[in-house]
Amino acid sequence: MANQEVDQSKRKFLIAATSVAGGVAVAAVAVPFVTSMLPSERAKAAGAPVEADISKIEPGSMITVEWRGKPVWIVNRNKEMLDTLSKHDASLSDPKLEVVSQQPDYCNNAARAIKPNIMVLVGICTHLGCSPSPKLQTGADMGAEWPGGFFCPCHGSKFDLAGRVFKGSPAPINLVVPPHKYLSDSILLIGEDGKGAA
Amino acid sequence: MKSKILFVLAFLLPMAAFANEHVKLDHAPIDPSNQVSLQRGAKTFVNYCLNCHSASYMRYNRLQDIGLTDTQIKANLLFAGDKVGDTMTVAMPKADAKAWFGATPPDLSVEARARGADWLYSYLRGFYRDETRPTGWNNTVYDKVAMPHVLWELQGQQVLKVNESTEEHVLVLDKPGTMSPAEYNLMVADLVNYLVFMAEPFKERDKHLGLLVLAFLGLLFGLTYALKKEFWKDIH
Amino acid sequence: MANKLQTIASNLLGWVDERFPLTSNVKAHLTEYYAPKNFNFWYFFGSLALLVLVLQIVTGIFLTMNYKPEASMAFASVEYIMRDVSWGRLIRYMHSTGASMFFVVVYLHMFRGLIYGSYRAPRELIWLFGVGIFLVLMGEAFFGYLLPWGQMSFWGAQVIINLFTSIPFIGPDVSLWLRGDYTVSDATLNRFFAFHVIALPLVLLGLVVAHLIALHEVGSNNPDGIEIKKKKDPKTKIPLDGIPFHPYYTVKDLVGVSVFLIVFTAIIFFAPEMGGYFLEANNFIPADPLKTPAHIAPVWYFTPYYSILRAVPPILNSQFPGVAAMGLSVVIFALLPWLDRSPVKSIRYRGNLYKSWLAAFVVSFLILGYLGTEPSNVWGQFDAGTIIVGGADRATVVARIFSLVYFAFFVLMPWYSKKDKTKKVPERVTA
Repeated sequence: MANQEVDQSKRKFLIAATSVAGGVAVAAVAVPFVTSMLPSERAKAAGAPVEADISKIEPGSMITVEWRGKPVWIVNRNKEMLDTLSKHDASLSDPKLEVVSQQPDYCNNAARAIKPNIMVLVGICTHLGCSPSPKLQTGADMGAEWPGGFFCPCHGSKFDLAGRVFKGSPAPINLVVPPHKYLSDSILLIGEDGKGAA
Repeated sequence: MKSKILFVLAFLLPMAAFANEHVKLDHAPIDPSNQVSLQRGAKTFVNYCLNCHSASYMRYNRLQDIGLTDTQIKANLLFAGDKVGDTMTVAMPKADAKAWFGATPPDLSVEARARGADWLYSYLRGFYRDETRPTGWNNTVYDKVAMPHVLWELQGQQVLKVNESTEEHVLVLDKPGTMSPAEYNLMVADLVNYLVFMAEPFKERDKHLGLLVLAFLGLLFGLTYALKKEFWKDIH
Repeated sequence: MANKLQTIASNLLGWVDERFPLTSNVKAHLTEYYAPKNFNFWYFFGSLALLVLVLQIVTGIFLTMNYKPEASMAFASVEYIMRDVSWGRLIRYMHSTGASMFFVVVYLHMFRGLIYGSYRAPRELIWLFGVGIFLVLMGEAFFGYLLPWGQMSFWGAQVIINLFTSIPFIGPDVSLWLRGDYTVSDATLNRFFAFHVIALPLVLLGLVVAHLIALHEVGSNNPDGIEIKKKKDPKTKIPLDGIPFHPYYTVKDLVGVSVFLIVFTAIIFFAPEMGGYFLEANNFIPADPLKTPAHIAPVWYFTPYYSILRAVPPILNSQFPGVAAMGLSVVIFALLPWLDRSPVKSIRYRGNLYKSWLAAFVVSFLILGYLGTEPSNVWGQFDAGTIIVGGADRATVVARIFSLVYFAFFVLMPWYSKKDKTKKVPERVTA
């Protein structure tokens, strides 16, 4: 062996360079494998924005549409319902909508809506993902104090008619308002708001 | 023995020749990088083929790869109610198709990979009148084909004649269509170009990546070779 | 700082070594595994086969995430992978190209064993494990080929399973049992999937480990066919012609890996069908039990044996002799260690007699391989008046001749390998 003649620095450089190139190769090969587990074109197509006809919703009632496998509630709130919204701020966790990720900018207002009467909500509890039950009417089985809203049967979270969570609920934050826009007075597009698809 | 081996080895050379020997196919003059041709082909496909044939693995929005925008796809190619993310399905129930044509029109998503561009190009230009057939049409490439000549108004009517001197069968245009033969051939070439694209939509795009990967591997080879030489200086 | 890190690393290694033989294994298999220093080009293919195995397993796992082993969905799920899954096409092409490249690499690896006598004592078990790997690999390829559920998948499986029908007495029952139905069907697809993705890969991995353990026990052969362990340094006990596998052969194999990856990448991106040899055109038509494609040919790596099957004429109306010949043509490789009686191992010191036989075998293998891809009338027929072969398919007659050569290479080996005029083998390996 002729170890004395070996240029150690050259050897070290080549080892480092080959290791870096090999590392880059492995990382680059990993990319297609990792991205192959993201939603496919089929899933994306199935998760495309959905249209909803809101002209048939009576004031005071709601419909549910499916978007990306989740229930989306569209509530046509009547005058009394809208009036209740400002009356229980003290018992809400986040009445001022400080957790801004829960609604698009254009819904960061008192009614959490584009048109005040039409409330659009993803019907999935922010606690552990159950779907709350609508309890739109005041009082009834929810007790005399109940202003109308949503009640999650899994762990008892309570939300008002703007999807804002009541204090004391296991759910930490308000229900999500999905991106949406009006294609016409009666047609609502859920999942897209003109700022690019969600 | 030796000459025998040579004789046999000579046959090993044309191993790649795979095509069907019975029919002489015309070479399809297609260019997968020509987006205008592909767009024309897509339009022909949607207007003529998609009435009976589905392409159920092909999504409309894949047409972005041939230079169309979602808005253009929606405006020109989509049926009412379809979305750009939908696949190219067909409204005709399979059972009806079977009753009308005697065969279900095959899905065309990967037809170009099964048949080859030349076959499709020859086939779409190979229809001729044949009153013995239920549809009134036959085809030089696909004898007794169940499919009628959908494009006949464009191409006109061909008949099969025997060339007296060479005894070869030749197609003769009997009644001209709305297109000249050159125009028709171009339209078919565009359509075949599109069918080839649709069978493997990412192929052209991925080739650029392929070159990049090869360049990188060339670099890796250089490095590993230098590394090997450096270490093997130790060995005598 | 660096010193402190080193101390931590060596402490950690010590902790592991007290509980798991890490350092001793690294030494035994890498840094103190002494391989002959004269490996040439042919010695790349063992490590490349290992690389392809890893590639096939990884790509295979990701394919199973989207593939559906169900007759009405299988074909569509493959196209789904090709189009809708992000980069699914790349993963699928890696797997389909990997299947063919596996056989390319393994055939070259086996040929290396043939020319340098790597199967000879004391390496018989390495060879037998290797033949086992080859057989399992053929099974993997066969089962896997059904999964895309195209026309070639379906009819290929149909033909191969029907071969078993020709086994005397139990044949029809065996075929029925293999299929689990009266034709190749969803049941067949489902069980082939199970064999392909779990049963055979487990066996394959076990055999590969056994192959390597046996190799590292007796040490590698080399192009001179000399046992380097016979000449050791009296002090260190290290073979004089041996060098540590790591770093010398790891860096060398990396060069081989780079070249292989260049070829592999070029195929994947520019010719994944490889002119119809890696992916057959008819397999882009969904399986149709009512319509056989005009020309069925197995994938290229099976064609030599398929040619032998077709070459053997039915005897007493039974296909069995052909099937038996085909089976034998694969299994006969296992007998090589006991058929070869030459005093030398490597082709370098063998005489012209052996070399001629080997050349005849290679030519037979290639010609049979080619003929297997073509219909038997590819070269037309002999004139009706020709003696003996009048009217017969030319290709069939040629296939018969070369099938005989193929088997003669093995059967006559005890005789010609002994009679062969060998050269004197040097004491030490040559450069």
